Amino acid sequence: MTVLLVLIPVALGLGGLGLIAFLWSLRTKQYDDLEGAAWRVLSDDDLPGTPPEPAEAERQRPG
Amino acid sequence: MTAAIDAGAAGGGRPAASRDWSSFARRGPDGLLGIDLAVEGIHCAACMGTIERGLAGLPDIAGVRVNLTQRRVRVAWRGGDAAAAACDGDAVVDALARLGYRAHPFDPGRADIADGAEMRMLMKCLAVAGFAAMNVMLLSVSVWSGNVTDITPETRDLFHWVSAAIALPAAAYAGRPFFLSAFRALKARRLNMDVPISLGVTLALVLSLVQTQRSAEHAYFDSAVMLLFFLLLGRVLEAAMRRRTRATAENLAALRSASATRIDADGRVREVPLSAVAIGDRILVGPGERVPLDGIVAAGRSAVDQSLVTGETAPAPVGPGTAVHAGTLNGEGALTVEVRAAAGETLLDRVNALLDGAMAARSRSVVIADRVGRAYAPVVHLAALSTFLGWMAFGASWETALVVAITVLIITCPCALALAVPAVQVVASGALFRAGVLLNAGDALERIATVDTVVFDKTGTLTLPEPRIANRDAVPVELVAAAAGLAAASRHPLAAAIAAAVPEAALPTDLVETRGKGVAATIGGVPALLGSPAFVGATGEAAAVAAAHPLASLVAVRLGDRPPAVIAIDQALRPDAFAVVAELKARGLAVAILSGDRPAPVAAAAAALGIADFAAGVDPAEKIARIEALKAAGHRVLMVGDGLNDAPALAAANASLSPASAVTLAQSAADAVFLGERLAPVVAALDIGRRARRIMIENLGFALAYNLLAVPLAIAGLATPLVAALAMSSSSLVVTVNALRARSTWSAAGAAGPNRAATRGAGDGPRPLDAVARLSEVRS
Repeated sequence: MTVLLVLIPVALGLGGLGLIAFLWSLRTKQYDDLEGAAWRVLSDDDLPGTPPEPAEAERQRPG
Repeated sequence: MTAAIDAGAAGGGRPAASRDWSSFARRGPDGLLGIDLAVEGIHCAACMGTIERGLAGLPDIAGVRVNLTQRRVRVAWRGGDAAAAACDGDAVVDALARLGYRAHPFDPGRADIADGAEMRMLMKCLAVAGFAAMNVMLLSVSVWSGNVTDITPETRDLFHWVSAAIALPAAAYAGRPFFLSAFRALKARRLNMDVPISLGVTLALVLSLVQTQRSAEHAYFDSAVMLLFFLLLGRVLEAAMRRRTRATAENLAALRSASATRIDADGRVREVPLSAVAIGDRILVGPGERVPLDGIVAAGRSAVDQSLVTGETAPAPVGPGTAVHAGTLNGEGALTVEVRAAAGETLLDRVNALLDGAMAARSRSVVIADRVGRAYAPVVHLAALSTFLGWMAFGASWETALVVAITVLIITCPCALALAVPAVQVVASGALFRAGVLLNAGDALERIATVDTVVFDKTGTLTLPEPRIANRDAVPVELVAAAAGLAAASRHPLAAAIAAAVPEAALPTDLVETRGKGVAATIGGVPALLGSPAFVGATGEAAAVAAAHPLASLVAVRLGDRPPAVIAIDQALRPDAFAVVAELKARGLAVAILSGDRPAPVAAAAAALGIADFAAGVDPAEKIARIEALKAAGHRVLMVGDGLNDAPALAAANASLSPASAVTLAQSAADAVFLGERLAPVVAALDIGRRARRIMIENLGFALAYNLLAVPLAIAGLATPLVAALAMSSSSLVVTVNALRARSTWSAAGAAGPNRAATRGAGDGPRPLDAVARLSEVRS
């Protein structure tokens, strides 16, 4: 059963990586705007040379 | 287009006061100075892109970030602090207005409350507890299966030591919220649910450590960390609920533009957040504006509508030396007000003193969970003690007896009990949020659920917060449109009511305003007049209208040489007030009115709503006295009110609700704030509260039943860690699922009756802010 001496640290290390990743995402405030984050992933604003969306024309609604 | 007109009209009210943006600036998480804006009308991902792209092009801006969940925008300034202090937020607000959004800056004195430090702390604890629970459980399951097969004692010891190495530091970190709360409770010589939790967790860890050292078969590390994990889950959900409602409440405060126009010593006039105004400062209150702070009039004469403060609808004249209160609406004259602290015999002092007493009375009411906790803890501790003595009496060694006694404590650790109530609170507050009710306190639900009498304030609660045209059908359409166009250009308080009637009316030209009389202008080449009946020359018509609407204010309008018309403006009842009162009566509740207004309007409203029990001209102390009398007679009272004069009564009642248009003091004294023009959220709050209370009691019953099953096993010495883990997780699951089950039933109930209207009034989804946006459009 000496394999346990390897497996337990490996399991703990992987779990610890997950924990660190979660704490990092918390520290960088990724949970502050869950609704917005869901949409941001779809937007191409970060790509260079993307033409502006035609949304400007659509959104004359409020008022 | 209305947004632009409204913004223009609001700007026109302030005589060239530029905002002092440096006092609105706040340091963000990125270390840069910037401003936070509450923005009306953000709905979707497209808005997010439009705003961020639209603002990014402006000079001096380092970054723009839209928070879609909270409907806020943060703009960070480029350059150091010195450069940032000089930056001009007007360009940002103007740019947003061009994009079609109205933005309001946050008062930095208030905005950082919702930064979520508490939430982040709980999430960190939850993550650590989750990590520990998963890994310890992995090891424990191996031990359990090994114990019935062929695990060697050495391997088992290794597993137990590894578990200890994970569980002890994790519990020390993740258990802090419970340990601290239990410590505070004990210091105050009270017992709350956190005391048995802390005791159970600590004893489980100590016992397991001792057992591990003795190479025993059982250790309870997994029970301890799993318990912490489940409990933290409940706390996180609760904190998320509170944060959401608080963020919405702060947006509301920003929409109500909590700012003042300060006259600096050098004569400059700047708009600053309320937290930047000191006592002794002079502030300017324009015609038609709300007085932002309490003070004494230093210069100017006007009439002030005090309906938010006293409930009295008739304006009171003010001049130099008169005290004015925050929340009152200035009439047609500009006032210079010297800000005073609440000192002396002002109304606000009396209200504050009454409020303190009433708040102390309320804090004596004990929530269900604590009540159960208080009864539960001694029973459990006694059971553990008698188990110990019993095993000793039957000749067991004191070590065995102690192990069994501690097992009893671990098994009875109130995991499901502590989840039973928060889980329901979270689901219920979500349902309330969709119905347009923001809960101030989690335990408010329980109190709302048990009321049997509903007491309404009249002005601003049963009636709409702003006056409305009462005889619209009697006035020709084109005259109403002309009046609305003229009124949009006027600053008179009554003008807002007329302008709101036809928001798309054509704006007049050549406008001349005669203060105290009316306005004259040209519409489409035709001369038009709007003002008092005498000014317009319609005294004859006015007499007839006055007879039909005895309590209304009269405004006359004339277009060209056609006969003039007289518009009656009064405080209209909320559109569903009658239906709501009927619904409340149908639920077996007694309904009453306590108003500070004159007897005639109160009697009229009571008659229209079919309420027999009403009192007029009641001052704040008398309101409390009447509510205390009702309570003394064995009734449980729900107070619904919006004014400063209602605040003590709101705190004194068993439960209280306040509309979003209420003064800040009343909102903070109330258990919940409801949004929109309708009164239906009152019924929704009552229904949801009653249901939530029923489910809470059900859940507590479930949790106790589980413990009743598990405790005999523990006392008999048969409870292994496996039994503890099974009992704990299954009871937690049952209470959580039971709480969730309630949600679907609520939405079904919400589809019938006035609740449905409430849901629609608050937008199709969870967007109460939009309802407020609509409300404020109507009002401004």
